Order: sequence, then C-alpha cells, then structure tokens
Amino acid sequence: MILIAIISLGGIGIAGAGLLYAASKKFEVYEDPRIAQVQEVLPAANCGGCGYPGCSAFADACVKADALDNLLCPVGGSDVMSKVATILGREAISSDPMIAVVRCGGTCEARPRINQYDGAKNCAIASSLYGGETGCSYGCLGYGDCVATCPFDAIHINQETMLPEVIDEKCTACGACVKACPKTIIELRKRGPKSRRIYVSCVNKDKGGIARKACANACIGCSTCQKECPFEAITLENNLAYIDHTKCRLCRKCVPVCPTNAILEPNFPPRKEKVAEESKENKEETTK
Amino acid sequence: MLRTFKIGGIHPPENKLSAGKNIRPLAIPKQVVIPLAQHIGAPAQAAVKKGDIVKTGTLIGKAGGFVSANIHSSVSGKVNKIDNTIDSSGYKRPAIYIDVEGDEWEESIDRSDKLIKECALSPKEIIDKITEAGIVGMGGATFPTQVKLMPPPGNKAELLIINAAECEPYLTSDHSLMMEKGEEIMVGVSILMKAIEVGRAIIGIEINKPDAIAYLSSLAKGFGGINVMPLKSRYPQGGEKQLIDAVIRRQVKSGTLPISVGAVVQNVGTAFAVYEAVQKNKPLIERVVTVTGKSVSDPSNLLVRIGTPISDLIDAAGGIPEDTGKIIGGGPMMGKALASTDVSVTKGSSGILILTAKEATRKPMYDCIRCAKCVNVCPMGLNPTLLMDATDFQDWDLAEKNNIADCIECGSCSYTCPANRVLLDYIRLGKGKVMGIIRARKS
Repeated sequence: MILIAIISLGGIGIAGAGLLYAASKKFEVYEDPRIAQVQEVLPAANCGGCGYPGCSAFADACVKADALDNLLCPVGGSDVMSKVATILGREAISSDPMIAVVRCGGTCEARPRINQYDGAKNCAIASSLYGGETGCSYGCLGYGDCVATCPFDAIHINQETMLPEVIDEKCTACGACVKACPKTIIELRKRGPKSRRIYVSCVNKDKGGIARKACANACIGCSTCQKECPFEAITLENNLAYIDHTKCRLCRKCVPVCPTNAILEPNFPPRKEKVAEESKENKEETTK
Repeated sequence: MLRTFKIGGIHPPENKLSAGKNIRPLAIPKQVVIPLAQHIGAPAQAAVKKGDIVKTGTLIGKAGGFVSANIHSSVSGKVNKIDNTIDSSGYKRPAIYIDVEGDEWEESIDRSDKLIKECALSPKEIIDKITEAGIVGMGGATFPTQVKLMPPPGNKAELLIINAAECEPYLTSDHSLMMEKGEEIMVGVSILMKAIEVGRAIIGIEINKPDAIAYLSSLAKGFGGINVMPLKSRYPQGGEKQLIDAVIRRQVKSGTLPISVGAVVQNVGTAFAVYEAVQKNKPLIERVVTVTGKSVSDPSNLLVRIGTPISDLIDAAGGIPEDTGKIIGGGPMMGKALASTDVSVTKGSSGILILTAKEATRKPMYDCIRCAKCVNVCPMGLNPTLLMDATDFQDWDLAEKNNIADCIECGSCSYTCPANRVLLDYIRLGKGKVMGIIRARKS
C-alpha cells in the first residue's frame, strides 16, 4: 500500500519538475548579466539621487547607455563609477564629490520673529501660505522637510539655531533635500578636500537695508567679497553674492571681508594672525 | 422650502456683528501703498514714476495681459516710490507708494450722488469701460470682471446670477452695500445684463438678510427681468458652482466654466462697481470693508480707499483689543491670517476679522478616525481625507484621479473635522502641485 503512495506522489513530483524546467527554458527572459554585476558595486541605497527610481534601474540604464557621460551615482561618486566603467568596458567620467550646504544663516538670534505661524508644521505648506515668521521671506522655515526626506539621516535641525545642519560624513549628495526645500536654500556644492567649502550662507534677494533689518547674518549685496576674490568666482545678482564652487579655489580671502559674516568656511583650521600667509598656504595645498 | 445647493455644506455661527451698521467713510491716510498685483492673473505694469503728481482716479498701473486689471490711484498726491511691500502672506510684492496731498479728483469722474438709470452704450462699450476701470470680482476671488463678461466662442450666456449670498460668517460689507446702494446695484445689474446680452438676472440672497431681500425685491419691480431669490443660509453658497446649483438647479461639470450651463455669476459688490464705472466714470478706487470681531469695540462697515493700511481700519473700529490672537484678512472660513497690520487694503479685501486668543488657538491634531464627516460636508463631492493623504504621500496621480483640482478651498472639511486635521492646508498644496502638472502636460 505504502509503495503506491510513494510511486504516485513521486511520479507527480517528477512530472511537475519536468514541466517547470520546460517552462523556465521556453519562457526565459534574457537579462544582461552585467546589470547584476553593476548593481553589485552600487551602494544599494535606493535614494534616487541619480534620477532613477532605484539602484537596479540605474544599473539597467548604465548598461543600456552608450556612454556614461550623464550617469552618476552621487552616493558612490567617482570610485563606484570607475568600477561600473570597468565592468562595462567604458571610459569612467571622473567627478568631484559633492555635499549639500544649507544657505541660510538666520538663527533665532540673528533673525527676530515678527509673527507666529501655527498651521501645519510642514515647510511646503507653510511656504505656500506665508513668507515665514521673520522679516526674511527667503530664509529657512525650520519645519524640517529636508530632515524628513533625507534617506541617510544626514541632516538635522539644530535646536538652538532652528536651522538644518548637514553631517559631513553622512551626506552623500543625493539631492533629496534640495528637491524637498520649498525655499531652494539647500544646494549641492563641491565637497572640497577634508569637506572644506566656502559659501554664502544666505539667499535673501532684498536690498541691503531690508535684508539686514530682517536678519543680522544676511548678505546685503555690498560686493566687497566680489572685489576681494582673485579668481572671479563671486557673482552678484539681485543684491545677493554667489560663489561659483567650480571656480572657487578656497583661498578664504572673501570670508573676513564680509561685513555681516554671511560667508561661511566650515572645516578649515582656525585663522592665524597673518591672514595673507594662511591663504597662500591653503592655495598651495589645494592646488597640489 | 428655500433653495440651496444639493451636496455638502455647513452652517457655522453667523456672528454678523456689524449687520445694520451704516457704511462709514474712513479718513484718507497720509500715505497709501497700492500693490500692482491685486487680482488673479498677470500683475499690472506701473504707468507712473517717482515724483509724478497723480489725482484720485489717475491710471497708475496698466493691465499686464488679457487676464489682468488696470489700477488707479485712490488718492491725489505725489508718487513717493515704486518699491516692494509685503502682501498679506509676508511675501514681497511691487507696489506704488503715494504721499497724499489734498483730494483732487480726475475731472471726468462724476462725484454727485445723482442716480443715472439710463445707459445707451453697446455691450462692447460697456465692457471697455469696465476694463478701463480695472474692476475685479469683489467677493474676494478678484478675477478680472471683463474676462468673465466675454464668454469663449461657442458659448452663449442665458442669464446673469448676482451673488449676494454673503455666506461667510461675520462679514456684512455686501449686506450694508445692498441696504444703502440698492438702486445703484439694480442699475449695475441691468448694465451687466446688457453687456452679456441676456434678458434675465437673478439675485441670490441668503434668508439671514430679510431686510435686503425685501428692499431689493421692492426695487426689482422697477427693473425688467431682475428677480430676487431668497436662499437658505448655507456655507459655501457664495461659491460660483454652488450658487448656480442653488439658483437654477444646474450642475457645472468638473473642469468646465459656469458659462457651459449658460450662467454668468457676478458679485453684488461688482455690480455696484460696474454702475460707478459705467455711469459715473469712476474707476475702482475704494470699497466697503467690514471690520469685526467679538472683542472689537465698534464693529463697522467702512468705505475705504484702496491702499490704506489695515491698521487705520482697525483704529477706526476701536483699535486692537487686548486679547487679540489673530487678525484675519477676509472671513473666518476663506480668510487668511495676516502677517502684519501694515498691509494695504486691496480690491479683494472684504473684511478684517479680529479673533481673540481663545478663538484663535488651534486644537491639537489627532489621527483620522474615518468618520467621513469631511466627505459629507464637501460641497464639491470630494473625499478630503483621501486627498490629504495623497498630498502627504506625494501621490499626485491619486490626487488628480480624485479631482483635487475641483476643490474650491472653502474649508468646510477642516471646520467639521472632529480630529482637528488640517485637511485644507494639505489639499491646497496638493491642488497647486496637481494643477501645475496638468498645465505642464497641456503645454
């Protein structure tokens, strides 16, 4: 009796296996094995920073593309892209590592509150309704849309200043916060050696007097930094200075001349007495 | 049985504190700040420069496109500067600052109180005069009036509906205007009828204004084709599509204009402005503003020049009460809290509402309890809780499929929510995004 059961069930099993094997051969979808290989070297963060829905879609795009010119995994940067290029046998495009910077210096002290918003605590909604609680309608609202969207936990609101702060080591420059910020305060900039970067920490386009009244740290568009810059990296538009990070050589000359301390220089060593010498050294260091 | 719109709606406490108060002209301020964008559409282009001498009624801003409106000086004096000012949300907008000197009017304006009934102009001439006077929808939407009077090709207006519902709680500016300028309004209505070439007009008034219904009904006997229809008090009856449903029982389909059912809707305040523009050559330079609130010592209806700072109006009504929590531009439902009292009165300012700190406090928000009250009250038949979630999750396809673009932002959903959810704030954001997506797809 027991034999019949073993034979019949075993037979069904073998027949089923045969059927599945035949089906898998007949309906097989060929996938380029390189897609899996490329995906293997990608960071698997699925952050969408590359512009594709996830790492696997990006791998697919890399394999199908003729050249890797417009494809970049911001999280992996040049290292990962060169690995991808080796797998695909194409030329690697080198790119500078980037980092997100928050261009607002409107701390609670610098930017007095002139009204109170008690609507939904969401930057997108608040900015569609109001210019903000201070006299500066360009600055950070502080409700943390950037914090909520960051897939790497790399941005946090500082409870003292109520401004977001980027954690250098964690930021991968995926650009999620840039897209989330309704005030377009956050920008991706060249990371620089040792995450050193120099930028104007303000986006206020008002005339100097109005901007200054609203915020002690505002850029007043005085153009002093522009005159100081030896590399023509600083442009002035709509009463607002902007440092082009592709031209900036991190000489730090613009930083001390700013009358409102709107230009920031994170991760640099503290300044010595002789500013000129210091900047020379720095220049050498960066040009090496 | 009184008529009202079919689906949804609420009836918040009316609180019409300033009802029955006479319209009081407010003294002209020392300086007016006239924003160049007081209407929906392209902002006007400044037509004067610093140092120019202007009279009351002088054109100072030319319409910046088809959907735009002219702007006139509301005072006589000297242009101080053309600079940014803050609007009610605290954003900077260009405006013309005028230092007041005396009150000299343009000669073409007829300032007498004499009622001029006859109007021999052709429809085109009437619309030209309305365009020239810079008239916009006075109910608060501020859509340029002349655009609404020129239906797109292939559509024919059958009747004119005058919106005198004033369904917003607290506000009484339209009510006071009807009681004091009833005859002028009737002439204005007949001019509008002529402009769109229809023989019939219905004035919809909510039953909470029985004196206005009685007065306008008695006047209507002297004007052919104009009827007054009392309506049940229900918010948001002043919404264009709701009013059409209530008055002529026709439903305007999603994504179409009221003209598709043969109706043109104009506010009663607009009808008065049209009378002044066509019969008296007077551009839109002043309007009636209700200043009200439970702790305001003298709730009033004030006749105010455009560009007057809000603080002057509040002073005229007895100053800011001590327990003030919020000052709102407009009514409690559609209005928006003001970022500052320095902002100017614009063509769309129907009221200033001062809420006490107790009234203004928001209650804590809880999770949705799926009671569907918001679904029941939505006058557009939408599902507000779903639309809020769709916006929160940035699922714009879902939001679009559920007709987020139809939302009239009446706030009935937020008002009724027992969990104090900020439904409208989210929906408004989502609506903006979805409409942007739709526009991008079309172009």
